[in-house]
Amino acid sequence: MMNPDEIRRSLQGAFPDAQVLAEDSTGGGDHFAVHIVSASFAGCSLVERHQMVYRALGSLMPRIHALQLKTDAPGES
Amino acid sequence: MADDVTTEIENEIRNNKVLIYMKGTPSFPQCGFSAATIEIFEELGRPFNSVDVLTNPAKREGIKRYSNWPTIPQIYVDGKFIGGCDIVREMHQRGDLKRLLDASFS
Repeated sequence: MMNPDEIRRSLQGAFPDAQVLAEDSTGGGDHFAVHIVSASFAGCSLVERHQMVYRALGSLMPRIHALQLKTDAPGES
Repeated sequence: MADDVTTEIENEIRNNKVLIYMKGTPSFPQCGFSAATIEIFEELGRPFNSVDVLTNPAKREGIKRYSNWPTIPQIYVDGKFIGGCDIVREMHQRGDLKRLLDASFS
């Protein structure tokens, strides 16, 4: 059982410039939807962006059953 | 030296133009993300093959390690890792996935 705030804090720490939206998509504490907008993603492929997020979540990842992820650089949507 | 699972994965990826590592089968996906991925590829109408990682725990862990990607499904086209469900969905919405497959099958 995890709170989406833990995910948000962890990503905010790794991407200080980012706007991070994290929500529990089912209310069960293990399925989350995250939208993150950060200049760090500019020039990176989608695979690279998602890998950056997975790496940033680090020790939280094993507690997350499903993560729906949208990564944008500023100005994208 | 590569272990057996890695060698098997390399061969699968090399021998299948479009390969989807998923939970379950295209007819009976066992996870919503795998199901959504299959739906997109079926809509695009190009042939693809799939590997059910639920029947092979070693491969389930092996493919995560191989791709440096923590989740299933995982999609490979022409030997290149494309991403997971969210990426395929995003590429599909932009028309990029169709373009990729058109180029691959041309």
